[in-house]
Amino acid sequence: MRFKKNIATSDTGFIFNPGSGDSFSSNSIGSEILAFFKEDKSRNEIIELICAKYDVEKNQLEKDLDDFFSQLRDHNLLDE
Amino acid sequence: MVTSHDIKGKRKLVIAVTGLNAIDSPGPGVAVIRAIRECSDFEVRIIGLSYEALEPGIYMHELVDKTYQIPYPSAGFESLLQRLIQIHQAEKLDLVIPNFDAELFSFIKLRKELENLGIRSFLPELEQFEARHKMILSKFGKKHQIMVPEDRIINHVTDLVKAVAELDYPLVVKGKFYDATIVNTLEGAQKAFYQLQAKWGLPVIAQKFINGTEINIAALGDGKGNTISVIPMRKLYITDKGKAWAGITIEDASYIELAKKFVKVTKWRGGCELEIMQTADGISYIMEVNPRFPAWIYLTAAAGQNQPATLVKMAMGEHVDPFQTYEVGKMFIRYSWDLITDVSEFQKISGEGEL
Amino acid sequence: MEKLRYERPIIKKLNVGFVNKFGTQAKNEVVTNLEGVGVKELIKEFGSPLFVISEKQIRRNYQHASRVFKTRYPKVQFAWSYKTNYLNAVCKVFHQEGSWAEVVSGFEYEKALANGVPGSKIIFNGPDKTDDQLVTAARNNSLIHIDHFDELYSLIKLSEEFQLKPKVAIRVNMDTGIYPRWDRFGFNYENGQAWTAISRIMSCEHLNLVGLHCHIGTFMMESSAYAIAATKLCQLSWDISEKFGRHIQYLDLGGGFPSTNTLKGSYLPGTDTVPGIDQFADAITDVILGFGFRQEELPLLILETGRALIDDAGYLLGTVLANKRLSDGRSSTVMDFGVNSLFTSFWYDHKVTPAQEGGQYTEETVLYGPLCMNIDVIRENVVLPLLKKGDHLVVHKVGAYNMTQWMQFITLRPNIVLLDQSSHPHLIRKAETLEYLESVEIVPHHLSKNS
Repeated sequence: MRFKKNIATSDTGFIFNPGSGDSFSSNSIGSEILAFFKEDKSRNEIIELICAKYDVEKNQLEKDLDDFFSQLRDHNLLDE
Repeated sequence: MVTSHDIKGKRKLVIAVTGLNAIDSPGPGVAVIRAIRECSDFEVRIIGLSYEALEPGIYMHELVDKTYQIPYPSAGFESLLQRLIQIHQAEKLDLVIPNFDAELFSFIKLRKELENLGIRSFLPELEQFEARHKMILSKFGKKHQIMVPEDRIINHVTDLVKAVAELDYPLVVKGKFYDATIVNTLEGAQKAFYQLQAKWGLPVIAQKFINGTEINIAALGDGKGNTISVIPMRKLYITDKGKAWAGITIEDASYIELAKKFVKVTKWRGGCELEIMQTADGISYIMEVNPRFPAWIYLTAAAGQNQPATLVKMAMGEHVDPFQTYEVGKMFIRYSWDLITDVSEFQKISGEGEL
Repeated sequence: MEKLRYERPIIKKLNVGFVNKFGTQAKNEVVTNLEGVGVKELIKEFGSPLFVISEKQIRRNYQHASRVFKTRYPKVQFAWSYKTNYLNAVCKVFHQEGSWAEVVSGFEYEKALANGVPGSKIIFNGPDKTDDQLVTAARNNSLIHIDHFDELYSLIKLSEEFQLKPKVAIRVNMDTGIYPRWDRFGFNYENGQAWTAISRIMSCEHLNLVGLHCHIGTFMMESSAYAIAATKLCQLSWDISEKFGRHIQYLDLGGGFPSTNTLKGSYLPGTDTVPGIDQFADAITDVILGFGFRQEELPLLILETGRALIDDAGYLLGTVLANKRLSDGRSSTVMDFGVNSLFTSFWYDHKVTPAQEGGQYTEETVLYGPLCMNIDVIRENVVLPLLKKGDHLVVHKVGAYNMTQWMQFITLRPNIVLLDQSSHPHLIRKAETLEYLESVEIVPHHLSKNS
């Protein structure tokens, strides 16, 4: 499961999928996770980094991260 | 008197305009802006107000200097007011010209508050606005001796029998907000009733069918009963959506008299469009009144009575005399044009709400 | 280093021709406290979900409505509509303010008496009054509003039998140009039924016709309908005076004024479109004052306003149980209160606000209740900040009908708290328990042994 390589992300939270022509926006934490994703960080690394920076329990983050992945999958932004 | 910024003796007005959806069923905003920009009596900065990210006017940077997204009327006028205050802080608006039927109620209700902020508008009073509503147009016609097609309000399917007996076939069965069907039998009327009820709710309107020539009139009133401009137009060709493809200005004193009478009895303030049906024996019926400029309003400027620019002057407190003449035989032919932009502009307006 | 505030990650498609965050809502309103009392603290003390009623707001609404009518007309009397909210604490606030009671059943009648309302200040409405109740009401000198001929003849018979002289009015239904027409209640004006009933009453020496009543509908958006109703009642009163020489003491225009809730399916929000109470007052009082009555014969104007006086004094506080993504990608949130407590979510798109500060980012969400029922939907679509389990929400304007039409179904009814005028909370109805629920149950002997 990887983020599609050709997807363009911007600092302001915009995402453009050149394969489909769709545009998206995400909140800042979402953009951060996408950036880690592009750097090929693993799920565990991402969890560690976010937990270190934000006030969130690991359980909660794991659940939300799964939901975020399912959103990315729904929007066809992942290579399975 | 005028909160203007002087540039070489001309005042620069900041004007907000809605209705930038110049699409197949177009809003009037782009035509209004084009007409305003053509007037050499003032300089303008145009602020577009849009609801959706793909309204073409947003991307027409030679016409619209900057666009802000605003909340839909369904969010309530408090939300709209907050957003307008935000925009006003950045832009120092002098005037707002709303162009959508659905938003007019909110803008009319907010008129005083906007005025207090220094944002003018030139809109009808709420009573005038509501009197032309199609549910009560026939009552309005009776009161002022203006011919409008006779109708009956239908709350129950059994009311149709009486309506048919009184109005006869063919009968126009109309939805509360939109849609109309012409029927020739009771069964047809009942079917139309159920369909319209399901789609738009009750009541449904049964209206006498009027056969004739359709004429559209763009009129501008000063709010005291005087008509400042009237331009009658005949559609030459319509699209399958019933929108004008091409039209031509025509000369007929009776239409102008009718429009003047309407403006006089309503003391209409601002622009409006009267949809007229003239029967073979020469009677003109008002079929519908749109409480704002029509999408073809630029034709008024082309014919010598620039209604949007005149509205700007009146809104800013300038005295204007009624126009006396216009060019007959001026035509418009609507065309489409593929505007090119980049995804970044689309992302900006949809994500940040301004462009 | 202090950690940053967390918000769950989301991604939204920028739909073409679709509303964006500016297109739906300009700002996120957060309501962290009600009249200075923290939502969190209230829930901590009284549990969740929790109904909260503001005494201050009730009094403000009552005094406003009363002032609006009394500055236009010399003789005005409000009668609190028990069915709208018959919690004793609520009724007593209205009675303290000067309201009579308007009841539509035997138990409501008893409740009003027990709340200290003198019988002569109770209006007894509705199609369902037993013989016993009619006799009691007549003996107490209450105002009996007759709904149908069967009731009229029962009352004539009872009055003769028990030698009573009840004070009565008839309920009149009529065409006021609005739909649906509530012609199932009372006697029709246009077809002469009302006049027939009046003539029958006048011919009976036992009945004392003192008033005329109508109630033209509910959540009325047209003040002009009340002008028509007032005209028709005035006309009847005038005719009675001419024909029988009887002076009608009061006209009761009933209820029906809307609150500022947004009805389902309406495009503009209720706060934009609902006429103010002054518009209704203008419509009604202009007609009565201008009808031609002599100043000293002006009838008392009675109003049975319910919803408009209580709706915005009621709140429902609740807690997020879970967030769920639906199969089509939409987000949904499950709350700890459902349509069994918030009956009015079938009628309105209730205003819902978060009770804690959140991020700027919002999401369109379906708001569900906790019941195992597919119809348990609080809002089909509402824009809210990103909520997490344990967050609180406030549902606004729930004071009317919920605390009378709610039902014990799957979950029991929660606590109700009244914030008094100095914002001090008082428990005015305790959350139900299993014991309470079973206190009226009887298990037959042959089933009572646990096997």
